[in-house]
Amino acid sequence: MLSALLFLPLLAAVLLLVPAVSDRVARLAFVAVALVEVVGVAVLWWRYDDPGTGRLAFEEQVSWIPGIGSSYHVGLDGFSLPLVAMTTVVFLACAVFALAEARRPRLQAALFLALETTCLGVFASADLIVFFVFFDLSIVGMYLSINGWGHGDRARSALQFFLYTFLGSLALLVGFVGLYVASESHTFDMVTLAADPPLQGDGAVGVLVLGAVLLGLAVKTPTVPFHTWLPPAHTDAPAIGSAVLAGVMLKLGTYGLVRIAMPMFPDALRAWAPVLVAVGIASVLWGALVALAQTDLKRMIAYTSVNHMGYVVLAVGAAGVVGSDGGTDDAELRRTAITGAVTQMVSHGLLTTALFLLAGVVWSRHRDYAMDQYGGLASHAPRFAALLVVAALGSLGLPGLSGFVAELQIFAGSIGTVPVSAVALIGILLMTAVLLRAVQRLITGPSGPLSEEFTDVRPREWVPVGGLLALAIGVGIFPRPLLDLIEPAAATVASLVAR
Amino acid sequence: MSSMGTDVLMLLPEALLLLTAICCLLLGSWTPRLEQQRVRALAAVGVGASLVASIVGLTEGERSAFSGTVAVDDATGVLRLVVGLALLVLLLLAGDEIAEQARESEIYVLLLLGGAGALVVGETTDLAVLVVGFLLASIPLYALIGLSTGEKAPEAALKTYLLGALAGILLMLGAAVLSALAGGTSYDALGDADGLITAPVVAVAAGVVLVLTGLLFKAGAVPAHLWVPDAVEGSWTTTGAFLTTVPKLGAVLAIARLLEALPPDRLWPVLVGALAASGMTIGNLGALNQAHVGRLLGWSTISQVGYLMAAAAAVPGSAQARPALLLFLAGYAVTNLGCFAVLASEPERRSLDDWRGMGRTRPGLTTSLGVGLLGLVGTPPTAVFVAKLLTIVVTWEAGLPWLAVLVAANTVLSLTYYLRWLASCLSNPTRGAPGQADPGASHPSQETRHPRAAQVAVACAVAAVVLGLLAGPALALAS
Repeated sequence: MLSALLFLPLLAAVLLLVPAVSDRVARLAFVAVALVEVVGVAVLWWRYDDPGTGRLAFEEQVSWIPGIGSSYHVGLDGFSLPLVAMTTVVFLACAVFALAEARRPRLQAALFLALETTCLGVFASADLIVFFVFFDLSIVGMYLSINGWGHGDRARSALQFFLYTFLGSLALLVGFVGLYVASESHTFDMVTLAADPPLQGDGAVGVLVLGAVLLGLAVKTPTVPFHTWLPPAHTDAPAIGSAVLAGVMLKLGTYGLVRIAMPMFPDALRAWAPVLVAVGIASVLWGALVALAQTDLKRMIAYTSVNHMGYVVLAVGAAGVVGSDGGTDDAELRRTAITGAVTQMVSHGLLTTALFLLAGVVWSRHRDYAMDQYGGLASHAPRFAALLVVAALGSLGLPGLSGFVAELQIFAGSIGTVPVSAVALIGILLMTAVLLRAVQRLITGPSGPLSEEFTDVRPREWVPVGGLLALAIGVGIFPRPLLDLIEPAAATVASLVAR
Repeated sequence: MSSMGTDVLMLLPEALLLLTAICCLLLGSWTPRLEQQRVRALAAVGVGASLVASIVGLTEGERSAFSGTVAVDDATGVLRLVVGLALLVLLLLAGDEIAEQARESEIYVLLLLGGAGALVVGETTDLAVLVVGFLLASIPLYALIGLSTGEKAPEAALKTYLLGALAGILLMLGAAVLSALAGGTSYDALGDADGLITAPVVAVAAGVVLVLTGLLFKAGAVPAHLWVPDAVEGSWTTTGAFLTTVPKLGAVLAIARLLEALPPDRLWPVLVGALAASGMTIGNLGALNQAHVGRLLGWSTISQVGYLMAAAAAVPGSAQARPALLLFLAGYAVTNLGCFAVLASEPERRSLDDWRGMGRTRPGLTTSLGVGLLGLVGTPPTAVFVAKLLTIVVTWEAGLPWLAVLVAANTVLSLTYYLRWLASCLSNPTRGAPGQADPGASHPSQETRHPRAAQVAVACAVAAVVLGLLAGPALALAS
């Protein structure tokens, strides 16, 4: 069942490449397959029972390279299921948004469907090599998307994106191999490695190997100072490319933190925890400050991602700081921080996708992201204005939207263990300024030079954005179903880190 | 010891190649120039027969022939299969490019002889036979390059010949030194208790370095690599594909066998590892700014052979290294041949800018090129990815973690130039230099194209992916 869900988009992509398919059929097929994926994940969610510590639901395992203990092993738990669900939703939104794509829609649909398989594969994999395979292929897919459908200096941005993230992925691979060589059973299986982490009490070696893994994940996330590939990639990517890049692919990095770094390197993670906290705080502040200085709408949104991913890194770092007593309060705080981190990944996936799709609307009207060219859009495009306001409020963490649930837990968990985390609260304040100022520039005030002929959002634009925002509000008001899923897994990892 | 007859039977694949080469030479002499495709057909039949003999040989377990001078084991079996299949691919490519050339049948003969030479180099476990194999593999190589019709072919042939002659002499000197120290030319004698273990280490090191130099020339590896880019640029694409694939396979396997035979000492794997590291780095740096696709591929193979040698360096230290190396040889061969097949199908596009807009006009070919180039980088799920992954694992296991890290770091470096080619294909043709319209793009109908080479390219791309996905069974076969 899970594998069928994983590979259905890839199969559809291959079928779309049969040249006889018309553009119209291709666009509709993209939406249809994305919809089937969402329904399929909903069924999985409904049938999901918490599998318990060190186990996976919907597990499937097939031998692949037995010589080095690597197998095709997939399964879901409380971390991966929400992200898998979020991924399918983001791709559905992109599919609907892309209904009007005029440039080679058949190829684009095929590419994004293949990309969906790779993104789902990363979240579902329970083997480091399978994880790496999907991780690497997602980079190739995104490169082709930016290079093929982007604008501006797309070739350069795409190349920069590929080089940076590929460097990251190879650092990751070196780390994985280090883990493999150190493990007694010589395996790449994540479940086995998490159950009996190698490199425990190995001091410097463990710290170095985790360092390679963290470098790979930090480039992908991205955190300061490895974030410089992100703004150009986003600025020149097509709208749905940006949406997938920010909504889904940035999570591949942070997901690696909770899935690999925490359970498989408990000792070394505790050594790295202060660095993670510092990098998290730096990302939060730096992302917000640089976003404040942007005049380009899409670059600004890109920097808000650096800020939002900073909270996740901060939470992971804080959860790695284990007090000397290691009491139950401590475990509780760490669980809260990790729950917040995963919730933030889901929340950011929904909200930032909405923001990038709205930026795509702006671009499609006048081929310009400069915020000072617009203004007074509330009267010219009221529905666009309403959607932008909701998305911005969600992104800055207003109560009632998903961002608040996530950030509240992150801070509750982090400040309890590492009081200095409170510095990152300034980030929230700065973010409020960033987003409100953007809203102000675009929506209120006198009309800008490009505002006059700004057509309001069409159905294929407001339906996906509205759907994403509705989900974000849903999570904000009724977070329980999501948290019930995440909390047991977070408690497990919190206890694994304290080993 | 077995009798002479069974010894010959064990080496039937090589014997068939040599026999076919002689028959092709004779047939070619009595065939009119425009009907020499018959010779190609005969060569293909011979290679096919040799492949069948190799498969039969694989089922018969590990043996050695001719008083232990040739090892007939799993590695030999894999090498025979890979070289045989590579020769078939080369014959297909030659059908487009070399058909109706003045020396057509001679080219086929030289390809077969070169293939047989590479097999001997890769299979032997005796220093004297290694020297013979070196000559058998090298002389056809010089002739192949020299027979090409390109302007730069004579220069490339001379360069290759001079370097090759030097390398050959050094190899003979090294073989002489080692056999004098060990008291015999066979590899068994090298590892014996009264062999090299008691000999002065400086003398042994000198011998090993000299022998390695000869093999590095065959492998087109640093520091005996300078002939490769010139030879690829100056000769036919078929020749370029041959000289960057077949001799390398035999030479790298020979290096691995030599390492296995030498007395266990940390020095030898570290030496080969250092050569591998400098090879991949220098190859990548050399490829970075190449505008000619042939030279780019030439430099790329120099770096690729560095990765292959990294796997070879791990052979004494890790049980997994041998199957990993064999998978890498097969994966590298199919991926590299695929890239050259793409080149062969578009014989007029020689600079990177000529490939602009190919993504639009020839999507299938561009996809094959993409799989080939990303495959050489080591992107999953291609065969080179699995092989490179295994290489990183086994070098680390063999106590060379620095080499594992260098393999990964060089992979990132190599991405730059492979992507330049790919990006050129994906970019708009209109964005070329103004006033210098691409003649190929404006008159696509007049352009020379070789559809059969394009089909070969697609087949190689599919094979590279399938071999990657079926890496588990393939490794089980090799070990």
